[in-house]
Amino acid sequence: MKQIRATPLGWVIWAVVVFFFVNLAGIVLSVLVSSFGTKWFDTWFPSGFTTQWYGDAWREFTLFHVIVVTLLVSALVVVLSVLVGAPAAYVLARKNFPGKRLVYLTFLLPILMPPITYGIPLATVLYKFGFAGHLSGVVLANLVPSVPFVILTMTPFIEQVDPRIEDAARMLGAGTRAVFLKILAPLLVPGLLASAILVLVRTVGMFELTFLTAGPDSQTLVVALYYSMSAAGIRAQQSVDAMAVIYTAMMLVLLVVALRFVNPTQLVARVKEEPSE
Amino acid sequence: MSAIWQHRLAERGVDRRLWLLLPATIFVLLLFIYPFLYGLSLSFQPMQGGGVLANYDKFFSDAYQRDTIATTLKIALPAALLNVLAAVPIAFRLRGRFRGKRLLTTILVVPITLGTVLTAQGLLNYLGPTGWLNRVLLSLHIVDNPIRLTNNYWGVFFSLVITGFPFAFLLVLSYLSGIDPTLERAAATLGASRAQRFRRITLPLLAPGLATTFLLTFVLAFSVFPSAVLVGNPAGSTRVISLAAYQAAYEQYDYSYASAIAMVMGAVELVVVAIVLLWRSRLYTGSTGGKG
Repeated sequence: MKQIRATPLGWVIWAVVVFFFVNLAGIVLSVLVSSFGTKWFDTWFPSGFTTQWYGDAWREFTLFHVIVVTLLVSALVVVLSVLVGAPAAYVLARKNFPGKRLVYLTFLLPILMPPITYGIPLATVLYKFGFAGHLSGVVLANLVPSVPFVILTMTPFIEQVDPRIEDAARMLGAGTRAVFLKILAPLLVPGLLASAILVLVRTVGMFELTFLTAGPDSQTLVVALYYSMSAAGIRAQQSVDAMAVIYTAMMLVLLVVALRFVNPTQLVARVKEEPSE
Repeated sequence: MSAIWQHRLAERGVDRRLWLLLPATIFVLLLFIYPFLYGLSLSFQPMQGGGVLANYDKFFSDAYQRDTIATTLKIALPAALLNVLAAVPIAFRLRGRFRGKRLLTTILVVPITLGTVLTAQGLLNYLGPTGWLNRVLLSLHIVDNPIRLTNNYWGVFFSLVITGFPFAFLLVLSYLSGIDPTLERAAATLGASRAQRFRRITLPLLAPGLATTFLLTFVLAFSVFPSAVLVGNPAGSTRVISLAAYQAAYEQYDYSYASAIAMVMGAVELVVVAIVLLWRSRLYTGSTGGKG
């Protein structure tokens, strides 16, 4: 184990990091305190504390329905994007074929484009065919960045599986289906979990695409939160704060679960750790 | 005959396993390429009549609309640059193994969970005229009047740093961890100082990764939308281009004009991406020694 060395430059960097986090804590705490406070004008802290805003937010914004929609949309997006993306990732990881670069670039484009740029034409098309405004439209729109994301995260995991294992199975008489279900699937569980969880976090947090395609009954938590905030003045500030806290708590749980399965430093390259001295 | 053809194609990598690409390809064609082309052709069919280019003409001749490009770049470029540059020294300190690394990394990543809306709400509470920051500054007599940091440029900028920095940090840290540490030790053995090792070994290997990170954070910052409305000044200094596109589509219901603005947005973004990629292609692109 090595100690972090303290050079003058090091101290400056740590000071900046600490400054960033003090302010970040201020931002988060101010929302948290406000969501539990009664009245808060021009003082350091609210005049009293209450949990009433959580109840208010739950009823006023029909949060139960919103959370059910959020979970349903995310689950559908995760399952569909893995089903569509994983086979494509397999081909891209294993095979060379004419036009591979073009195919790869096409799969990358949705990630390189700002969501609003393709979101507006996509929403127009989805409205034309009657998908938008319903749950199906929200799911379809969210699949657009999710499938390429699954392909990107799965490819390195598939490359790690030795192709000779597959060849051996084939030699022993296994068909393509058996190779996939009995050999590859069990070996790829970590990769599947990693990409599924990352897609889940992204979908719960995705604002633009859901915002452009959701109808009144198909809003996810982020979008409902945005509407409640931009219509401020009609509703108590504190119940918006309470809702934001609920959203963050949900995301935090997801992220902590995600970090148990995915090592954040191994997203783009496999790490050769420095041997411990 | 057909068996020979099959064999020849298989030699070039075309065999039955390619069918596995089909679902994803159909999906991309239907939900990305088709809508994009549909939007492109829609943008050339203005709803108010006029020539083929009427929508683009309308956008570029109206200063209120045209300026959204500069406004967006003025917010997105510095924010993305700051996120990447700040991530490098911090990631540099955090590579290798040490006690509590996982905890520290987790804390640095937590802001991802905040989302744009809580960040906006928090910035309004915390940086507002009666917020904690101004209270501290006032009671320490650093300033005489509350400083205005929300509902203007700075509110949006801070929001982009808070949501973009953790993302940039994660990527830079993983690129940095992918560089084989033995390369640096070899340089040290040959007598290179810390500064030399960073400048001659680590930085050139890291530069392509930094370009990618910059691009991805830039894409995030470029499509800034919720925070520009909530903590910015959406009628003036933070009227970004995505807001102009949104207003055309959902307030004026002019999908043709909205598609045109979306195309302009995509074009401007692709120009920046192309410049960065061009610069990147001149850098070293090869194994960083960490893969495989």
